[in-house]
Amino acid sequence: MFKDITLGQYFPVDSPVHRLDPRTKIILLIMYIVMVFIVKDLWVFALVIGFMLFMTAMSRVPLSYVIKAIKPMKWLLPIMFLLNLFMVRTGTELFSWKFITITTGGVRQALFIVLRLVALVSGASLLTLTTTPVSLTEGLERLLSPLKIVRFPVHELAMMMTIALRFIPTLLEEADKIMKAQLARGADLENGNIFKRAKAMLPILIPLFVNSFRRADELALAMESRCYHGGEGRTRLRVLKFSRGDLAALLIMAAMLTAVILLQRFLPFDHQIAAFVKGLLGVGK
Amino acid sequence: MPIVIEKLTHTYQNGSVNAFTALKDISLTISDGEFVGLIGHTGSGKSTLIQMLNGLMQPTEGRVTVDGFDMNDKKQRAKGRALVGMVFQYPDHQLFDETVYKDISFGPKNMKLNEEEIDKRVREAMRLVGLDFDEFAEKSPFELSGGEKRRTALAGIIAMYPKYLVLDEPMAGLDPAGRRAVLEMIDDFRRQLGCAVIMVSHSMDDIARSAEKVVVLRKGEIFRCGTPQEIFSLSDELREMGLEPPFAARMAGELRRRGMDLPKDIYTNEALVKALAEIKGGAHV
Ligand SMILES: Nc1ncnc2c1ncn2[C@@H]1O[C@H](COP(=O)(O)OP(=O)(O)O)[C@@H](O)[C@H]1O
Ligand SMILES: [Mg+2]
Repeated sequence: MFKDITLGQYFPVDSPVHRLDPRTKIILLIMYIVMVFIVKDLWVFALVIGFMLFMTAMSRVPLSYVIKAIKPMKWLLPIMFLLNLFMVRTGTELFSWKFITITTGGVRQALFIVLRLVALVSGASLLTLTTTPVSLTEGLERLLSPLKIVRFPVHELAMMMTIALRFIPTLLEEADKIMKAQLARGADLENGNIFKRAKAMLPILIPLFVNSFRRADELALAMESRCYHGGEGRTRLRVLKFSRGDLAALLIMAAMLTAVILLQRFLPFDHQIAAFVKGLLGVGK
Repeated sequence: MPIVIEKLTHTYQNGSVNAFTALKDISLTISDGEFVGLIGHTGSGKSTLIQMLNGLMQPTEGRVTVDGFDMNDKKQRAKGRALVGMVFQYPDHQLFDETVYKDISFGPKNMKLNEEEIDKRVREAMRLVGLDFDEFAEKSPFELSGGEKRRTALAGIIAMYPKYLVLDEPMAGLDPAGRRAVLEMIDDFRRQLGCAVIMVSHSMDDIARSAEKVVVLRKGEIFRCGTPQEIFSLSDELREMGLEPPFAARMAGELRRRGMDLPKDIYTNEALVKALAEIKGGAHV
């Protein structure tokens, strides 16, 4: 039951993207997100999408896996699209019937919202598809390490994240076993109103919590008995290395970002094209 | 009426790349009052098979009928499940209530029995597993020792008066005295409640002591099924599968190899002692 849920959807192949330093990938994602948000032009957006597809191809992750990440939004996307289409009233009017009015501004906004969401989610999922959860937290720890100066517990936070990630599958498996044990004792989890069902969850939640606390205790003991005492002076098994590939990737991304900003500023393609189309159709003045 | 398993095949994560066939074409009948021992290497599919017996899992192919109730059918499953009591390996997956008394009565309560009947059954179950009522009834199940927890978990199932008692490695992690106690308890219920017992165990000695029928699983298939005599005379095959034949069978084999004239069907300590005493007695006369 619970075991079928896949978490930490890492796709294990070897590729230039997989080999990048997790820090690089996190920075790339941040730059990419900035890029997605500053683009206001459909043509430039095509460039962003193209970049995304290029990265996916480089990573050797099947496109279908990236698309799977978008699937949970199959209801959100159409709703967002329609809301923006009908609610936004800027630009010229295209269509009007009773209380429904569609404007050029609405069409733009609706398209952009959908494109932005798709671009964001697929970008983020490409990161988790090409980076193991452990190296992701490692990268995060290193990136946030300047915050240690203001006594922010960066190492502890990263350690907590690593442990949590490590124990999610264990916990799901255990929940499955507990559920079976109680079902075998005739527990009824499916019938009754919401209060009844909430109460029926108790025989599952209590053992789950009790076991988790016990496990946490044991883990703490096991860590201390191996001399763990926080991040200070701790060395690493795998030292993150910033390679030439990382530098190249960051430079390409920086170039992309600059290009997008410049294009955005000096080449308002959209308006020219809109004018061109209108001219052809002989509408609008 | 018996439990009938017909051409049962089960594949985990069917249809995905991780698909794994844990059971292949299993057919087996468990008659009323029978004691069946289920043995096999770790990962041979024992736990998967017994979870099918009370419908906690549905097979990919084939079916299980419990006293005529088809466990693939959602409506009949509840009725069949009430006949099959299932004891899992870890009591920690099952204990949840404030007191031992309340925890044991969880199953009978789910069966919608009246207060009087529940009370009677809880007392009876506690007596059968050797938990003193006055001492333990009001204790929290979380402050018990490992052995007491296991007794409580067993009592929780016995109080449901199952017609078939299924145990998944009930003796794992117990000391020799604890093992013997649990095994004796199981023999006791069987005599008093007249239930059939299906027990998974790694210990051939335990199986040899009580089982009337032994089923050997290998890689998801029934390798052999027969009386303990038939199965334990196959010492070499068992050993090849990574299973250790019972002590008495090993001993008798070794003595035979060294020229002692012992019958081939010895697999319990009692039989070995008897055979040896006969030889010794004969030599003296
Ligand atoms: N939920 C699951 N998903 C995938 N494979 C599983 C799952 N549960 C068990 N298996 C696999 O099925 C096989 C049989 O498991 P199991 O029935 O637990 O064996 P046993 O109890 O004999 O040790 C094992 O190889 C195990 O890895
Ligand atoms: Mg098992």
